[in-house]
Amino acid sequence: MPKPRTSDGITQPRLGPSGWLRWFWRQLTSMRTALLLLLLLAVAAVPGSLVPQRSSDPNGVTQYFRDNPDLAPILDNLQMFDVFTSAWFSAIYLLLFASLVGCVIPRTRHHLKALGQKPPKTPLRLNRMAGFIRKEHHGAETDARGAAGAAEQLLRKSGYRTVMFDEPATRGRPGAYSVSAERGYLRETGNLLFHIALLGVLVAVGVGGGFGFTGQRVVVEGQTMVNSLVSYDSFNPGRFFNDSSLKPFTLSVDTFDVTYQSDPNKGAYGQALDFDVKTTTRLPGEEPQSNRIKVNEPLSIGGTNVYLLGNGYAPTITVRDPSGRAVYREIIPFLPQDTNLTSTGIIKVPDGLADQLGMIGFFYPTPFELGTGALTSAYPDLKSPVLELRAYRGDLGINDGTPRSVYTLDTDGMTQIAGGKSGTDALRLGLGETVELPDGLGTISLDEVNRFASLDVHRDPAQGWVLLFAVLATAGMFAALLIPRRRVWVRATDGEGNTLQLEYAGLARGEDPQLAQAVADVARRHEAALDLEAPLDLEASPDFTSQRSTSSRTDVNSSP
Amino acid sequence: MTETLSQYSAILLYCTMVVYAAAFVAFAIDLAQRSAAAGRPVAQSGAGEQLTAAQRRAAAQTTQTASGQAGGSGTVTTLDRPTVIDDDAEIARTRSGGVVIRVAMALTWLGFIAHLLATILRGVAAERVPWANMWEFSMTGTVLMVGVFLGVQFKLDLRFLGAFLIGLVLMLLGIASLQYYVDVVPLPPALQSYWLVIHVLVATLATGFFALGFALSGVQLMRTRYEESEDSPPTWLGFLKTLPAAVTLENLAYRLNVIGFILWTFTLIAGSIWAEAAWGRYWGWDTKEVWTFIIWVIYAGYIHARATRGWRGSRSAWLAIVGFSAVMFNFGIVNVFFKGLHAYSGL
Ligand code: HEM
Repeated sequence: MPKPRTSDGITQPRLGPSGWLRWFWRQLTSMRTALLLLLLLAVAAVPGSLVPQRSSDPNGVTQYFRDNPDLAPILDNLQMFDVFTSAWFSAIYLLLFASLVGCVIPRTRHHLKALGQKPPKTPLRLNRMAGFIRKEHHGAETDARGAAGAAEQLLRKSGYRTVMFDEPATRGRPGAYSVSAERGYLRETGNLLFHIALLGVLVAVGVGGGFGFTGQRVVVEGQTMVNSLVSYDSFNPGRFFNDSSLKPFTLSVDTFDVTYQSDPNKGAYGQALDFDVKTTTRLPGEEPQSNRIKVNEPLSIGGTNVYLLGNGYAPTITVRDPSGRAVYREIIPFLPQDTNLTSTGIIKVPDGLADQLGMIGFFYPTPFELGTGALTSAYPDLKSPVLELRAYRGDLGINDGTPRSVYTLDTDGMTQIAGGKSGTDALRLGLGETVELPDGLGTISLDEVNRFASLDVHRDPAQGWVLLFAVLATAGMFAALLIPRRRVWVRATDGEGNTLQLEYAGLARGEDPQLAQAVADVARRHEAALDLEAPLDLEASPDFTSQRSTSSRTDVNSSP
Repeated sequence: MTETLSQYSAILLYCTMVVYAAAFVAFAIDLAQRSAAAGRPVAQSGAGEQLTAAQRRAAAQTTQTASGQAGGSGTVTTLDRPTVIDDDAEIARTRSGGVVIRVAMALTWLGFIAHLLATILRGVAAERVPWANMWEFSMTGTVLMVGVFLGVQFKLDLRFLGAFLIGLVLMLLGIASLQYYVDVVPLPPALQSYWLVIHVLVATLATGFFALGFALSGVQLMRTRYEESEDSPPTWLGFLKTLPAAVTLENLAYRLNVIGFILWTFTLIAGSIWAEAAWGRYWGWDTKEVWTFIIWVIYAGYIHARATRGWRGSRSAWLAIVGFSAVMFNFGIVNVFFKGLHAYSGL
């Protein structure tokens, strides 16, 4: 890649705008900048793990604002709750990838050219190169030309690209034949593949995020969801999302079975062992299909995946007025508060009673009475469920049309009539039971309790591409890091009196700890091929150079 | 039955720690002996190659050759031998042939076998792979560190790292037995996946290589200090003289860290595939994902540093050390104290 041309600052010509641009580009695409940007990227990611992120932990962010009311807004201004989409984080990785492009393009060009080229001329003085070996053979049957030819054959068979040079005699040097060989082009190919595939990953991630969506929906056993915008409890579309990518399927949760560790004598009593949601899905014009969703086993339908991410209980509650007429009947998902599924939910009865009625419910699937008389849940399965209610009468605050969350009750305009300091005990009812509401308002019953599945629906059209590029990157990296790129030279010279002089040497291009061994190996095999006696001294090979030379480094850093 | 087995496993692990402690002492004695030997005026190690630091660096960076006549009859008459520093030769030169180091290695092997048995026993007790909570991560992670250390010896003599590495393993096991022991419990549904076997095993193996790379980089920095200072090191650091040259240590560290990096890349990809199945998205910047990414980027930086002029040597060693610190942070701190989807510490 282009090397930053270090200015010595003495007689620098004045740069025009285009000069500055070129200067800036050279700086950006230098290896040092790439390195600094990489390190900066690592540092910039750290706050993303220290501070809760809106993308992965929105409740954590709300909590953080509550706990640190002074600090939170400052951090928010610095985009600390959205680190990975923040301007500064984006700037770093975009610069990094710009640098990557600027680095890869010239290198690819250079490499393509190198792929079509023969290895360069054999250096005059091989004894300056790595792993140098020189031998002199007396009475050899081959001459220099034959020896070089044999070397070329041998190197070619070992995957080297070779070229033979006839080196005529000069003043001070006898004529010789030499072979210049190079192998490991795949190393650079792999390196380029790796870096280009990284770009591919980035683009695919962006495309997938832009065109996909995620939606959450709570579905109670027996209920059906329709894959349309309105049916989601929450929905996060990508920037380029349009409705047409919502395939018109429906999904019914038929049953939801959970297995728990039920042996109190073993560890982890009450831990869930298995979640099993049986579903029926329907696509227009097709037969309904029965299938199932488990953790780690999403359901795939119409290019969309459905995941099981949570569970809980949804009691069915009926409220009747004093005459016994049902004024309210709802299945209400309660939010789990702990691993034993103590859950809370809100019941709002706006019409049909003497007054509006609001209730905060606590649901205990397997109740256990603490010393204080308060209840808690001791086991997550439904053994003898109890619903406990604090009741309020008055104004629910929904008449003026202000949207209110179904998960909160604003008790400001209301009077507590059961539980807490109201003087009346909280209402407690078991499965199938009915109790009187205070003040003769009517009755309330717990008719049924079902499980609900909290489903995540996710579509990412580019997900397969991300995987493909990631796999390509890995393959490229394997080649780039593990395949040695090296040059090997063999020179054969006819000496006086029927002697044959053989020289071997190599050059590492990049990390190549085995170079010296490789050269020694070539020498040994070459001599075997020439039927020369195995040289005596070759066991000494650990002493030969294995050179990760500065020259190979220069390669990496110098302009292609 | 399960509990009994898992307790046997724990007891066996405590025995392992005793053996490792003995090995550590032996490694330390070896270093001390090297220090003492290095203090003696006559150059030891036979090769008579007490090059000065400057010569060494020059030798490692340029390629000069000195030809020596290895005269002889028969076919071979000349053999040029470069005096350039070569990693293998450098290691061979600094090899300790002492009895003590052999005892240390034998003890390490013994400890490793006990360690491996303890880990397998835990797996048998749990009827699954023994890496699903902090206690098990610690046990398997350290057994792989020692395994990598022992395995690498077949290719490279890195016994001089014994004190460093076994010390680290002992420390980790000590923390684990004080803080992390938990009884066997069934796997939560999210962990019931073959990706647990692959993803976590490869991550742990990567940690083993990073640990060794870290140890080498640490020694490299000390050695560099020694090579750059004019005066002799204090006696207790005399062993530094007998270690391979900093350049060699750096090359070795690089080789190990590169293997670790490849494994870590695989960990990252396998993790995303698993996350896609379990959580409905392949990447969501969950705290553990953030740290996996940070570690990956640091080591990518480390690899770039080796190829950047001005960043080789100590700077790249520091990067390797920062990288391994991040690995340890990810394991010891993020797993236990940070909130996120990866809540599998079992604590
Ligand atoms: C997105 C940011 C980047 C990442 C994550 C990254 C990662 C890596 C990795 C993992 C390697 C080792 C594997 C291989 O050789 O293929 C590597 C090598 C290399 N990268 Fe990058 N790289 C990035 C950007 C760049 C940029 C911008 C440049 C050029 C300025 C660059 C130049 C190189 C070179 C020359 C090597 C070979 C190093 C050697 O032979 O030791 N990289 N990179």
